Amino acid sequence: MNLLAEPVGASHFMAVGAVMFVCGVVCMATKRNGLGILMGIELVLNGANLNFVAFSSEFLRRNTEYALGVDGQLIALFVIVLAAAEAAVALAIALNYYNNHATIDVDRADELKG
Amino acid sequence: MEGVNWHSFYFLLFGMTACVFAVAVVLTGSIVRMAFYLTLCLGATAGLFFLAGAGFVGAMQLLIYVGGTLVLLIFGVMLTAQGPFVSMKTRAGEWVVGGVVGAMLLGLLLQAAFRVDDWMGPDPGVASAAMEKTPPGELGIRLLGKPGDNEQAVGFESGYLLPFEIVSVHLLVVLIGSAYLARTKRRRRATDAAEAEES
Repeated sequence: MNLLAEPVGASHFMAVGAVMFVCGVVCMATKRNGLGILMGIELVLNGANLNFVAFSSEFLRRNTEYALGVDGQLIALFVIVLAAAEAAVALAIALNYYNNHATIDVDRADELKG
Repeated sequence: MEGVNWHSFYFLLFGMTACVFAVAVVLTGSIVRMAFYLTLCLGATAGLFFLAGAGFVGAMQLLIYVGGTLVLLIFGVMLTAQGPFVSMKTRAGEWVVGGVVGAMLLGLLLQAAFRVDDWMGPDPGVASAAMEKTPPGELGIRLLGKPGDNEQAVGFESGYLLPFEIVSVHLLVVLIGSAYLARTKRRRRATDAAEAEES
């Protein structure tokens, strides 16, 4: 197989990231469970993170001087930390909603007025 | 097994695992299985981070994401997955619309990814021996304010010290805010009512 013998590049990492991103978007669009939508957001953030990390590496491309270097990895770290914060707040809101409405179905969340 | 590039082999292994379980997250109906597949998908992504030479980011992905954020999500699933909420069916029309939009987006992104020759990888035989990891100390020094060597980089003259501090304060605010949001109002109201009945 050709792909096994040749070194992979940033394009291949981007392809995996694209699949994860699209899966996250479809997950956000089709799931009715509020926590399922949260999982879609996690997938989207990880797909984007994979691109940052792939572009930070000098060994995945021909012209090594264009690599992001450590900057890409630092941005990926910031994304991980902010995703953790976002998950905490979103989970608190989801549990509050579940406590008040006795359902987690986001289609029935059209009366969130305080 | 001559001629096999082991870096590419492990990339295929982790990449296929990540893709397959990402698709499985979308396709499965049960929220409990979704959480499990998401764990495997994000673990395989950590492997991809290691393969891209970002060892510290991969370790943080395992520690914070798989070990922290997903445990939080699974706790949310356990608190809310009761009876009809374990598997909620989506209407067929929504699947069709979501699938069409997703397929178009995937085609666009894949075309963009394979468009640029520079991103297709190093010349064969040149760089596969040179996959070295970024030392974590360099990340820490940049976080503490050392500016980058890259002359073309605009902004960030003071390194990442200011974003680092902002993220620290942001995490504190988020923790206080989520603790305030998730406190049990209803139960307190019930105990208040019980006390009012007693008195």
